[in-house]
Amino acid sequence: MKNRFLKATFAIVLIGAYFVSCKPKNTSDAAVGDAAQRVYVAPGKYDEFYNFVSGGFSGQMSIYGLPSGRMLKVIPIFSQDPESGWGYSEETKPMLNTSEGFIPWDDQHHLELSQTNGEVDGRWIFANANNTPRIARVDLKRFKTAEILELPNSAGNHSSPFITENTEYVVAGTRFGVPGDYEDGDVPINTYKKNFKAHISFIKVDKESGEMDLSFQLRLPGVNFDLSHAGKGKSHGWFFFTCYNSEQANTLLEVNASQNDKDFIMAVNWKKAEEYIKAGKGKMEKAKYAHNTWDDETHTGKSVIKEEVLVLDAEAMKDVIYLMPCPKSPHGCDVDPTGEYIVGSGKLAALIPVFSYTKMLAAIDKKDFEGDYEGIPVLKYNSVLHGEVQKPGLGPLHTEFDGKGNAYSTMFVSSEVVKWDIKTLKVLDRHPTYYSPGHLCVPGGDSKKPFGKYMIVYNKITKDRYLPTGPELTQSAQLFDISGDKMQLLLDFPTIGEPHYAQAAPADLIRNNGQLKIYDIKKNNHPRVARGEKETKVVREGNKVHVYMTMIRSHFAPDNIEGIKVGDEVYFHVTNLEQDWDVPHGFSIRRAPTAELLIMPGETATLYWKANKVGIVPFYCTDFCSALHQEMSGYIRVSPAGSNVPISYSLGTNLPASSK
Amino acid sequence: MKTINLSLASKVMLSIVGLLFIVSLFLPLWRIELDAPQYPEGLTLQLHANKIGGDVDIINGLNHYIGMATLHTENFFEFKILPYIFGAFALIAFALIFINRRKAVFGFLITFVLFVAISGIDFYRWNYEYGHNLDPNAAIIVPGMAYQPPLLGFKQLLNFGAYSIPDTGGWLLTIAGLLLAVIVWLEYKYKKTT
Repeated sequence: MKNRFLKATFAIVLIGAYFVSCKPKNTSDAAVGDAAQRVYVAPGKYDEFYNFVSGGFSGQMSIYGLPSGRMLKVIPIFSQDPESGWGYSEETKPMLNTSEGFIPWDDQHHLELSQTNGEVDGRWIFANANNTPRIARVDLKRFKTAEILELPNSAGNHSSPFITENTEYVVAGTRFGVPGDYEDGDVPINTYKKNFKAHISFIKVDKESGEMDLSFQLRLPGVNFDLSHAGKGKSHGWFFFTCYNSEQANTLLEVNASQNDKDFIMAVNWKKAEEYIKAGKGKMEKAKYAHNTWDDETHTGKSVIKEEVLVLDAEAMKDVIYLMPCPKSPHGCDVDPTGEYIVGSGKLAALIPVFSYTKMLAAIDKKDFEGDYEGIPVLKYNSVLHGEVQKPGLGPLHTEFDGKGNAYSTMFVSSEVVKWDIKTLKVLDRHPTYYSPGHLCVPGGDSKKPFGKYMIVYNKITKDRYLPTGPELTQSAQLFDISGDKMQLLLDFPTIGEPHYAQAAPADLIRNNGQLKIYDIKKNNHPRVARGEKETKVVREGNKVHVYMTMIRSHFAPDNIEGIKVGDEVYFHVTNLEQDWDVPHGFSIRRAPTAELLIMPGETATLYWKANKVGIVPFYCTDFCSALHQEMSGYIRVSPAGSNVPISYSLGTNLPASSK
Repeated sequence: MKTINLSLASKVMLSIVGLLFIVSLFLPLWRIELDAPQYPEGLTLQLHANKIGGDVDIINGLNHYIGMATLHTENFFEFKILPYIFGAFALIAFALIFINRRKAVFGFLITFVLFVAISGIDFYRWNYEYGHNLDPNAAIIVPGMAYQPPLLGFKQLLNFGAYSIPDTGGWLLTIAGLLLAVIVWLEYKYKKTT
């Protein structure tokens, strides 16, 4: 009896164990056993790669070290950043200026490192603003935003900022079809087909300075351009864009823009477009867009509003653009390192089509068209197709390359990353991601020369991967080792914003590129710089007061200021006199309705403050700069509006009457 | 009267000594290396014949905490006369080739050794002066603490380790002195054997 009971218990346990083991493997055992060692970067040691990650709706760009996943810095680009004073200081405000004034935020999706001969050169990184169409250039010597260019005639600047192989152009396609700014926009929304257009911007980049100039725009039928990549090597001279909403729906797009079996990859022969522009086929159209540039020597941004843009009606030029049918609302548009294969990821398709550049040229040559779309020739799918990756997974979004003939595609719906052979189109490996990956990145993975050691996947959903933090969770990335046949998950690391596209490059390439440690104060040509304490002063100009102030460990000069009156608009032009590595100083004023200034050695920045109330107002250094940091402070005396207290300022001499 | 001329080897060495004096005019002679936990990359003070070089501004900035006077080239008369002394030494070295007397070379060696000794004393004197003459209102006052850098070698000064050694020019001068000694030794040995 007892024996039987034991047997029965044993059987139940066995059956239970069987069912438990049937359940798919828990996520926690997905990483390889020695992963910790492989991502461990000892204290004081450097990571092997820089990883530049788009900050999504934070509007900024974050930088991580790989393989450790340690965050190194967030660079403010499109959003105000109270931590650094970006967008708060008088010098940086013009950088966020647009044709409709100052805009404090944007949605930053894609990044692209500058290239020479199709290889990452580590000079600049370009960033797009999705909401208010803009392209920024971040200078990698200073790790600071150097330029922001607004784009007219665009809305939802999504398929950007992708570049040609010598950074000749940064290209930006509009995600939303909209009437051009030069046309009457007061039209019924349901006249989309008739009145809405899509413009693609070609932005010329100066070889030396990197300065951007909106060279021309292509005017196209109103569709949604999603992503793009330039041809490279043999296909240099062409640009490829995925388009969806070829249905030209203007409402309930999730249904109405998903009707066609195939949308398009649009191939643009931009060299041809250049020829037409040269031949005077473009038309100057009225436009209004801001071009904001940062001057290194004055430490000041300048915003210029431009008034016109050259537009080329690409529909009318018969040999500039061609359409390749691509299944089901394609998203990612990726060109392999040889420039031969163009991968379109139809996010609703159950396969990944791979197009051949050589076949495309042949088909164009033979006029192998199946028809036209709004007057643009549509090539026959089978004539331009290299082949299809069968059953790659569900919801393919983006593809990167390792330079060894393999492609890696993210599958949003089936939440995995899939490795496949570009030539044979065979799926070689698949690995779950946690959860629902969007973009992925291999260092140099969209250039001619990928560094196929690591792959980072940026997930859209995080759920239970980290300690929970209430309804709003962290964003996340996952690092894989792709040096072997099988992808190996090494590390999860949290990121800011929502990470979209990212770039990565060998650390030495960026680190040894003449990176600055300090700004040379002798080259500081800020119009209100004080290059030493002797040059400090307080000057009244009507109700405006300019304070020329310096900071050095551990005092401000001057640190006692009197004679400020209620209603005065005070500008503190603060220069950090330090010429030593890693000695920034901060500057903040009690109850000033603005952010602090964080000022690097040799830099000048200006804080605007209006004196509203009689009293004594302290200010202090916010960056713990030395053992006497807490002493680094000062006082402003604010007197009533009609007061006759004269302007006076001093450092160390304004002593009590008794000690004089 | 028979005089003993310098050997060819000695003359060659003398010309090298002359050149070394000229070259060291353009190189730092002495360096004080400073290391602290916050300065893993180190700070260096370099003494040239005519100026103070290296991270002198940063060091001046840091020294204000302990009330040390700031270092400025123009406050040291040495930097005005040293270039002339070096130039003179170079000329003497070349002249000795033509004077062609070992006694004269011996005399120059003695002069040079005296110069080095006086320079050492002078350096010590300045080190003492700057290390001890501190502003009584300084932010950091450690009772009994002086900040005199070592004449030669290593010394810990609060969070900074100071390491005082010859720089390139100093080593060249050392070689010049050694060469002079070798000439003197060879010439006097040569006399004995003839």
